[in-house]
Amino acid sequence: MPQPNGTVAVAEGGGGVSPNAGRVSKPRGRFFPVGIGPVARKELADHLSGLRFGILLVLIGVTCLAAVYAASSSIREAVSQAQTFEFAFLNLFTSSGENLPSFVSFITFLAPLLGIALGFDALNSERSQGTLSRLVSQPIHRDAVLQGKFVAGLGVVGLALTALVVIVAGLGIVLLGTTPSLEEVGRLVAFIIVTAIYVGFWLALAQLFSVLFKQAATSALASIAVWLFFAIFASLIVGLVVDAVAPAGEGATNAEVIRHEELSDDLNRISPSTLYDEATTALLNPSVRSLGVLVYEQIDRAVVGPLSFGQSLVLVWPQIISLIGCVLLFFTVAYILFMREEIRA
Amino acid sequence: MGDVVEREADREVREMPDDNHGSVIVASGLTKKYGDFTAVDGLDLEIQRGEIFGLLGPNGAGKTTTILMLLGLTEPTEGTVRVAGYDSVRDPLSVKSIVGYLPDNVGFYPNMTGRQNLRYTASLNRIPRKVAEERIEALLADVGLNEAADKRAGKYSRGMRQRLAVADALIKHPTVLILDEPTIGIDPEGVREMLSMLARLRDEEGMTILLSSHLLHQVQEVCDRVGIFVGGHLIAAGPVPELERQLAESGDLEYEVTAVASDGRQVDGATLEKLADSLKSVDGVQDVTSERGTLSVRSRRDVRAEVAKAVVALDLLPVHLRQRGLSLDDIYERYFHEGAEADHASA
Repeated sequence: MPQPNGTVAVAEGGGGVSPNAGRVSKPRGRFFPVGIGPVARKELADHLSGLRFGILLVLIGVTCLAAVYAASSSIREAVSQAQTFEFAFLNLFTSSGENLPSFVSFITFLAPLLGIALGFDALNSERSQGTLSRLVSQPIHRDAVLQGKFVAGLGVVGLALTALVVIVAGLGIVLLGTTPSLEEVGRLVAFIIVTAIYVGFWLALAQLFSVLFKQAATSALASIAVWLFFAIFASLIVGLVVDAVAPAGEGATNAEVIRHEELSDDLNRISPSTLYDEATTALLNPSVRSLGVLVYEQIDRAVVGPLSFGQSLVLVWPQIISLIGCVLLFFTVAYILFMREEIRA
Repeated sequence: MGDVVEREADREVREMPDDNHGSVIVASGLTKKYGDFTAVDGLDLEIQRGEIFGLLGPNGAGKTTTILMLLGLTEPTEGTVRVAGYDSVRDPLSVKSIVGYLPDNVGFYPNMTGRQNLRYTASLNRIPRKVAEERIEALLADVGLNEAADKRAGKYSRGMRQRLAVADALIKHPTVLILDEPTIGIDPEGVREMLSMLARLRDEEGMTILLSSHLLHQVQEVCDRVGIFVGGHLIAAGPVPELERQLAESGDLEYEVTAVASDGRQVDGATLEKLADSLKSVDGVQDVTSERGTLSVRSRRDVRAEVAKAVVALDLLPVHLRQRGLSLDDIYERYFHEGAEADHASA
C-alpha cells in the first residue's frame, strides 16, 4: 500500500531493525510472553551480583555443611558397626549428628527464607524506584515481568542447590570413602527438583505479596508471618483441632485411632512444609514405604526392603503435584492483580 | 487490559496503519472513570505527524491518565484511541513498540550504570546488541551523559536522571514520543537544552511529540499546538496565538479610553460620568471604571467601535483607545480559573 507521505508506518531510521510490524509478533510470543527472556536475564544477573543472595548462600552453605559433617561421623560409626550399610550416601543428607539437625531439616527450615528473600520486593521495589512504569511501557507482555522474575529466582535457587548438593556429595566421598550409586544420584536430583519447587512456592507467595503490598517491608513481614505460621503454629493448631474432632485417648478403638491419625495427616498436608517434608523423606529414604497410617495387617508378610526410585516417586507424586498446584495458584492470583493494576508513577 | 487480548492481537494479521490525514494520535470520546470520579471526560484529540503538542493543565487535571490510555497502560472506560493506526486497547504491544515514553517521576535501577539501564531497555525492545550499543553511545552523547554513563544510576542527580530518561525513551527510535512533565526538577538551562532537543527531533526526524506540563511559559515556545486540560476536559486546543485570539473573542476584554473635549481641554468629571454611563449601556459591556481621566471598559466582546461612537456622541474626541494586552500567563490563569470554577460548579 503506497503511502505518499509515509505516514508513521515505519519507525524512523530503524538502523537495521525491521519496521514495527515485524518487531512485535515474534513466534515465541505465542507460548511464552514476549519479553520474558530479557527480564529473566537481568534479574538473574541482579541476584547473582547482589549482596542479599550472597548472604543467604553463605548462611545456608555453612549450616548445611556443618550438618553434613556432623552426620558423617555418626554414619561412619554406624558403618563400622554393621557390615553392610545401604544408601550410606543418602544418609549423609538425612541423618542428624549428635548436636546438629540433618541437612534436609536445615533446608526445610531455610528454603522458605530463600524464596521470600528473592521475591518479597519483586514488584514493589520496581514501583518505588519508578522503573515499573518504564518497564511496562516497553513492548513486552505484562506477565513477562512476573514470570521473568520467577524464572530468574528459580534459576538462582536451582543453581545454589545444585552447587550445595554437589559440594556435600564431594565431601561425602572424602568423608565416607564411597561413591554414590546411580540410584542415589537420581534420588538427589529429584530432591533438588522438589526443593526448587518448594522454594518456588515461597517465591510465588512472596511475589504475590510484592504485588499486593506497596511497601517492601510490609510484604517481607507478611511472607515471614506465613512462614512462621506454617513452620511453628500450623501443627499445633492441627493437633488441637484433631483432638477435638476425632479424639483418640486411652482405650480408643482401632478405628478411632486410625481416624485420628488420618485426619491429622490430612490437615497437616495443608501446610506446604509438611508436603515438602514428606516428599523429601520418601525420596531420600528408600526404606520409607508409606506416608500414611499402616496397620499391622498391611505389612504382615511383606518383604522388607527398600523401594525402587520409581516407587518412591510414585509415593510422593501427590505431594509434588500439590506443591506445584500451590505455586500456580499464587502465580495466577499475582498475575490477575498485576494485570488489572494501573501503573502510575 | 488482559494479556489474552495482547496475545490475540499478535495472531491477527496486522492492518497497515492508516493515514488518517496525517494524524498520528487520534482519540475520540476518550473517558476514564474511577468509580464516581471522572478523570478524563470525553476527550477528542488529534495530534498531527511531526508536531509538538503540549498538554497543559494543573496537577490532577487528567493529563497522566490520558497519557496512560494513549499507551494502553490503562483501559478507557469509553471511547477509542489510536496511535499511528494501532488501537491502544487491542494492540498495546504495537503501540508500545513505536512510542517512546518518559513517565512522570521516572526512575532507574540504582545498582546498574546508566549504560546498563539503557541496555536493558534495548533488550526489552529486541534491538540487536550491536545496533543497541551504537544507539546508546549516540544517545548518551546527545543528552550529555557521556562521562556519567558508567556511573551507577543511583548516584545520578535529578537532572541527570531526566536526561537519561530521554535517552531511554529514544532508544527504540520511536515514531511518537510522549513525555509526562519532562521539565520537572531540572534547572532552567537543562529545560532549555531539553526543549531544543525536542525541537531538533521534530525537525530532523519528523518525530511526533506529546508533552504534558503544568508550566505553560516553559514549554510554549517549543509547542506547535497546546491543549488546555482542566478537570478532565480539554477546554481549548490550538497554536498559542490562536488561543489568544479565541480568548479575545470569547472572554472578558479590557479597553482603555481617554477622551478630550472638542476644544482639546480635559474632560470634566460630570461629562466623564456621563460617558461612563453611556458606555455601560453598550451591549456586552460589563463594567466601566474611571481612573485619573481614563476609563477602563470591561467587556465580553470587542466594543472599540461602539466606544468611539459613544465618545463622539457626547461631542468629545477620543485620543486614546487601546485593548489591554493579555500575556500568555494571563490566558493560562484565566483558563485554569474557569476550569476550577467549572469544577466547583459541578462538585
